[in-house]
Amino acid sequence: MNSIILSLIVLGCIGLISALILYYVLAKFKVDENPYIDEVEALLPGANCGGCGFAGCRNFAEKCVSSESMDSLFCPVGKDETMQSIAQLLGKSAPTEEPKIAVVRCQGSCDVRPRTNIYDGVTSCKIANTLYIGESGCPNGCLGYGDCEFSCPFDSIHIDIKTNLPVVDEDLCTACGKCVVACPRDIIQIRRKGPKNRRIYVSCINQEKGGIARKSCEVACIGCSKCLKECAFEAITITNNLAYIDDSKCRLCKKCVDVCPTKAIITANFPIKQVKQEDENV
Amino acid sequence: MKTFKIGGIHPQENKLSTSMRIENVPIPEQVIIPLDQHIGAPSTPFVEVGDKVKVGQLIGKATGFMSANTHSSVSGTVSRIDTYIDSFGYKKPAIYINVEGDEWLEGIDTSNKLLYNCTLSSKEIIQKINDAGIVGLGGACFPTHIKLCPPSNCKIDTLIINAVECEPYLTHNHQLMIEKGEEIIVGVNILMKALEVEKAIIGIEENKANAIEYLKKITLSNKNIEVVTLKTKYPQGGEKQLIQACTNREVKSGALPASVGVVVQNVATVYAVYEAVQLNKPLIEVFVTISGPELLHPGNFKMRIGTLLSDALKMAGGMPENTKKIIGGGPMMGRAFLTTDIPATKRSSGLLLLPEKQAKRLEPSTCIRCGKCVYACPMGLEPFLLGRLSELQIWDKLEESHVTDCIECGSCMFTCPSHRPILDYVRMGKSEVMSIIISRATK
Repeated sequence: MNSIILSLIVLGCIGLISALILYYVLAKFKVDENPYIDEVEALLPGANCGGCGFAGCRNFAEKCVSSESMDSLFCPVGKDETMQSIAQLLGKSAPTEEPKIAVVRCQGSCDVRPRTNIYDGVTSCKIANTLYIGESGCPNGCLGYGDCEFSCPFDSIHIDIKTNLPVVDEDLCTACGKCVVACPRDIIQIRRKGPKNRRIYVSCINQEKGGIARKSCEVACIGCSKCLKECAFEAITITNNLAYIDDSKCRLCKKCVDVCPTKAIITANFPIKQVKQEDENV
Repeated sequence: MKTFKIGGIHPQENKLSTSMRIENVPIPEQVIIPLDQHIGAPSTPFVEVGDKVKVGQLIGKATGFMSANTHSSVSGTVSRIDTYIDSFGYKKPAIYINVEGDEWLEGIDTSNKLLYNCTLSSKEIIQKINDAGIVGLGGACFPTHIKLCPPSNCKIDTLIINAVECEPYLTHNHQLMIEKGEEIIVGVNILMKALEVEKAIIGIEENKANAIEYLKKITLSNKNIEVVTLKTKYPQGGEKQLIQACTNREVKSGALPASVGVVVQNVATVYAVYEAVQLNKPLIEVFVTISGPELLHPGNFKMRIGTLLSDALKMAGGMPENTKKIIGGGPMMGRAFLTTDIPATKRSSGLLLLPEKQAKRLEPSTCIRCGKCVYACPMGLEPFLLGRLSELQIWDKLEESHVTDCIECGSCMFTCPSHRPILDYVRMGKSEVMSIIISRATK
């Protein structure tokens, strides 16, 4: 009988002491966390993609709550909608930012960019790029092994089997920028989605001289500066034999598209010319 | 018989060009001399377009600590300082020289006389090697003068000469030892003097019996130089493997060979050192094996740097019709080339033309965890794990698993029954981890 009471007392004491220690530790090391952080995190998409430049959504929420202005903070996945609701919750103002999208700056499909050799190594752009120039003669062209496809957390970029080039799904792409990091050749760029999703860009990053670039790919930018002369808004610059269209200056007049001799400048989501209507009229 | 302890494989030797005399490839009309023939920063051009140069004249000066000089291998006029397309299709800086005659720079001894005596001091020898632009001709192209100045806390007591040539097909080092054995021994003496050591070991694999016999014969009187016969096993030519095979010392993970008191030099480098110190001749010629199962006349060639490899290939019987893959270097560690129309550089050691049967990579299947790669790895790593980790891009685990110790010998891939491209992944992971370590150190 005695032993039962003794063990009860001993266990009771141990329990009591442990409870006191736990209580003390809790009081001493209590972390005061802003309750807003949880609320902001709930508003965020929760993709943890890192597109905002922070380690994850919680990290971004902490920054939103702690920083005074939200000027440099933007969640590319949740876009403006999310940012405005976060700003409302915190009583701050968030700048509006235009929606963006990833664009692939290479059109070198098999029929316009002749393949000069066969690669039989690992299907990884990163490995192939460290080994050699690739299956075609273009040192900047898309290798087509799909590192961007594997990196995308939203399943929005896929390699087209026919052209062997990546295609971005406009509805799913959040412009998080993971594919930009994954591409060893910097082919993918994040650009403004543009009004009515319309945009014009140079779909080539080959910096070779015109002749050499043309030899390796029919649709390469040859740096002829025809587009530069045509552009009325000074949106086009040419550096190292390569034209670049500044998306903040471009007014989508499409003049450069028509003069480009290699069709390296491409448009997206413009209505197809009235050829169809004429047909109907006839 | 001595050999290294862990791992290793026995690929077919296929030394088709054994005992073929070294042939001189004729000087072409124009040479392309790349400026990045070594590890580290490319050398900066020291001549201008239109300048007349002589054989052996300095045309590219070393930039910074980790770099080497580049010399003209011909006499003529500099026609262009531009880029050339290297064997992998990328652009690299180079100097183009139009050849006019064959006029050598004054002071270079072009007579074939053997010069035994070297009265220079250690410092003078190293300076001469530095001036001559000598790099390790075993493949890594590490500037030799840096190797000869080990960290001050390491006491060097042994010089090891790497005459293993463990790669299949390659034979030019073997032939060099037979034809230029005496010069090599003088070179060994010079290097011993430069390092101030009393002992040198020449490690040769048993499949080069006549070279072992010959070198033993000419070193009979010299008790400081020992010729060691090693059991044939790949990758015995790896620095750490060779040190273990010859001296039974183990270089710790991440440490330099100098930490166990050893400096290793390739036998072709030793010959270049002899030429530089005794004849004042900079490194302007390389020895190349051209081989392949279908090639008409596989052979060993001496080429001026900047001569196209296709010129030497013509002498070897031209490209066989059914060639599917061109490999620069040996079949184990070499890399596929896009074309043979590229200049020979200090990196060139072999040109291998493989027909479809040998060139074909078999379809990889899943890893069956047989552990063959672990058994074969000469560095005691776990290649299957390293391959998987870099495939999944888990860099921190990869670093913990000592991926930086990998010598990229390819034994794991050779032995894999599932034909998995282990080395491709490990090499990518290794370079990624290296860059992470460097960026961490610079922070």
